[in-house]
Amino acid sequence: MEVRPGELLVLLGPNGAGKTTLLNVIAGLVPYQGSVMFDGSSMDAVPARFRKIGYVFQDLVLFPHLDVGSNIAYGLRSYGTPKPEREQRVSELLHMLAIEHLSGHFPAKLSGGEKQRVALARALAPRPEILLLDEPFNSLDSQTSGFLRAELKHLQNDLGATTVFVTHDLSEAEELGDRIAIVKDGLVEQGMTKIGTASLKTGG
Amino acid sequence: MNERPRYGRLWGAIPIIIALGLWEVVARLKLLPGDMFFPPFTTVVRELYDLAATGVLAANFLPSLRRVLLGFASGAVAGILVGIAMGWKRQVDLAMGPIISLLYPIPALGWLPLLMIWIGINELLPVAIVFICSFFPICYTTTGGIKNVDRRYINAARSLGSSDFRILATVVFPLALPGIFTGLRLESGMAWRVIIAAEMVAIPSGIGALMMKSESLMRIDTIIACLMVLSIMCFLFERVFALLERKITAQWG
Repeated sequence: MEVRPGELLVLLGPNGAGKTTLLNVIAGLVPYQGSVMFDGSSMDAVPARFRKIGYVFQDLVLFPHLDVGSNIAYGLRSYGTPKPEREQRVSELLHMLAIEHLSGHFPAKLSGGEKQRVALARALAPRPEILLLDEPFNSLDSQTSGFLRAELKHLQNDLGATTVFVTHDLSEAEELGDRIAIVKDGLVEQGMTKIGTASLKTGG
Repeated sequence: MNERPRYGRLWGAIPIIIALGLWEVVARLKLLPGDMFFPPFTTVVRELYDLAATGVLAANFLPSLRRVLLGFASGAVAGILVGIAMGWKRQVDLAMGPIISLLYPIPALGWLPLLMIWIGINELLPVAIVFICSFFPICYTTTGGIKNVDRRYINAARSLGSSDFRILATVVFPLALPGIFTGLRLESGMAWRVIIAAEMVAIPSGIGALMMKSESLMRIDTIIACLMVLSIMCFLFERVFALLERKITAQWG
């Protein structure tokens, strides 16, 4: 499977097809056989923490013991970003995702849509080279998810981030994806562009 | 939303008041059979006051308190450190697990004869007993607390570039705190029970020793007063940890 720089590739497939597993392989969070390459260099020997990916998990997995600001700053602290830069970057993201008013709040008190934005901000903070999103709008009501979808597309375009987006919802796939790859039973079956068709390499 | 009935605390107090009232009545009317000396509640309270006023209470209570604090603090710190190591690193768990499982079931007082010979009868003895009785259970609950932290948080932290040690310090340990506090809460009361028993058997000072002296003088009021002190201390210690835990985890949801 191939993802082009700056594009939003959607992995579409039924539940249990292995889409999350594929994201975890790209992220380096599970052991795997085969090969993951970023820009032509092999990532197989590179542990997850050095792969420069931003990952929005299916259940968001915000740290409950940290407030919104600290959640967002977590990756920056890992990379040793000095405090002033950190604070500036966090402000930037709070603004970008329109959650400035939530900065001192804790995840337990946030709504689904708000948590989503925080999770996205957290993933984007360290300026990852690749963005992975696992059914992020799954548990939201259709109004909020529609709204966030549009925002995400906008954001992704602005940032030019190479993105892999997982969903089982066809309309969501069509709305967001530059290209769509179908995943079924652990295999990427075929890829197609939205306009016309072109096939991607298959394989696990 | 948790609904606490406005009269919640009051409900808890009523059985206690009734029980104390019954105690007073039964004792004053000498309703218990045979020669069972049974002082009324008010007599016990007066004795407690006398003990405090004459300094006897302090002279016995403070050594017990000191031993509990020293033994429990050291046992807890050691237990938490070893528990973290065992919960986080599989090799440590595999290495230490069996020996801890073998030593854990030995009751703290079971160590007494051995320690009496090795350490002798001095201040170190009761502290060592409390250390042992605190270390094993707290190590156990800490290991459990660390292992039970949802793996997804670890993965999230990893995806954000964090080193293993940093994940342990900033994510896993904080999230294990509720489990660790439960262990601390339960074992703090146990520490008091163990120290009293040790003082009754082997150590010439402290609340437990006072109880034994009172027993030989048939001073039941003193014995009951000591038991009340024990009960209050267990209650207080557990409350402190419960409050600390609530304070720390208040915002976590």
